[in-house]
Amino acid sequence: MINFQYLRTTSAKSAIALLLKDKNAKFLAGGTNLIDLMKRGVTAPEKLIDINHVPLKQIEQVGNKIHIGALATNTAVAEHALIKEKLPLLSWALQAGASAQLRNVATVGGNMMQRTRCGYFYDTEMPCNKRQPGTGCGAMEGFNRMHAIFGTSEKCIAVHPSDMCVALAALDAEVVLAGNKGERKMAFKDFHRLAGDTPQLDNNLKADEMIIRLEIPVNNLAKNYHYLKVRDRASYAFALVSVAAAFELNNNKITDIRLAMGGVAHKPWRLTASEDFLKGKEASLSNFEKAAELAMQGAKGFGENNFKLKLAPNTIIEALNLAKSKS
Amino acid sequence: MKPSDKKPDQGDSRRDFLKKSSVITAIALTPGIAVKAAENNVDERFAELFEKIPLNLTVNNKAYQASVEPRVTLLDYLREELHLTGTKKGCDHGQCGACTVHIDGQRVNSCLSLAVMNEGKKITTIEGLADGDKLHPMQEAFIKHDGFQCGYCTSGQIMSAVACIREGHAGSRAEISEYMSGNICRCGAYPNIVDAIVEVKEGGATV
Repeated sequence: MINFQYLRTTSAKSAIALLLKDKNAKFLAGGTNLIDLMKRGVTAPEKLIDINHVPLKQIEQVGNKIHIGALATNTAVAEHALIKEKLPLLSWALQAGASAQLRNVATVGGNMMQRTRCGYFYDTEMPCNKRQPGTGCGAMEGFNRMHAIFGTSEKCIAVHPSDMCVALAALDAEVVLAGNKGERKMAFKDFHRLAGDTPQLDNNLKADEMIIRLEIPVNNLAKNYHYLKVRDRASYAFALVSVAAAFELNNNKITDIRLAMGGVAHKPWRLTASEDFLKGKEASLSNFEKAAELAMQGAKGFGENNFKLKLAPNTIIEALNLAKSKS
Repeated sequence: MKPSDKKPDQGDSRRDFLKKSSVITAIALTPGIAVKAAENNVDERFAELFEKIPLNLTVNNKAYQASVEPRVTLLDYLREELHLTGTKKGCDHGQCGACTVHIDGQRVNSCLSLAVMNEGKKITTIEGLADGDKLHPMQEAFIKHDGFQCGYCTSGQIMSAVACIREGHAGSRAEISEYMSGNICRCGAYPNIVDAIVEVKEGGATV
């Protein structure tokens, strides 16, 4: 690992001030993605600002929203009684991600900031428009089994590997960001970006901003929900396809619904067309099948990942069935 | 390498080596640091970068004061500085779990934690699990159930297994498999590892 300067700070304000002073500095939280990338020479920040002592670990209900501090660990969120009771979809998604060891240190903010990536991004011998803009995309005509089928660009077809973020996109979370000039709020679904012409950018966080907390509205979706993750082994692997499904059911009629997919795009992929279709409809297999068909409009395979064109709708239908069977 | 082992054509120190190699590094990888070092004053830049940082931590109930480079991982610090080589380096990228230790009671991959991030923390490694000559119940159970073949992943498996029970995630064989999934065993001793964990859990001993 190329050496770097190490600084430690205990307040968000000083962390942001330190970041402003040095464009080549990065925040260090759990470090599970950043340190790995530094070891492989994919990134080489000159300065790391350790923010683990900044007091942003709260998990609490404020009015009709649940606030989760950016430095709460994945384990702390997944196992918190409030989250299990009111946002069980988020708890399930978190437990489906990484390993117990990684979840114990990985933070909410760090989970959001982990790189959208693929094997070509990690391999510094290979071309990658995300790692080195302009060098080309190795995956486009290469090994692309894990890659995106929605919202792809000619520059990059990598996927964002987070499970937590799929649930947060579904749950209409908001992100509170702080910069030199104060705080701003952003819808979680707008936090991550599609690759477009700027595959080097994974999200819309400004260079001098820090994630402070999530705010998630309390909902009526804590009964019929499921997070279904399909992967190459039973546990501890990235999703080939994952689906977060939650709905409110009254006399077998869907009165409210959230659907999002992971493993299929450069960002968590919210299925609004399917949601709109299912709202007010009966929770039946034929309606689930129609919703899955709607979700697949515009999907495109790149060869090795063509199987996702079939796996994705099947996973949507199965997730909806499993959510329904929870009643 | 001992000083007496040096060949005449080799450099005298790591810093000398880095000075000589910095230009090559700059061409090969072009990291900002190396380029700057090559263009500017090499000595000053590297002197600043290699500044060691004071570190206080407790490992297996023993307090240590040290100064380490920021880039040293907790795993390397434990193995290379404290010579606690029970903790193993497998993949060195958080994928295999061989380096699992407890930090303030929680299991963590020590390969993805910088030593300096652990200021003031209490670390337990496999060497700190036994009570003198009396093995920890999980160590006994791994021996009894043949929870290993080559043994390389075993210290990580045992540290993870103890945490798995403490966390309350050893309620069934399926739950144990799920919560032990961060520890890979290429010999495939998984059924025996689960047997060992089930026995310790059902035995009710304090872990």
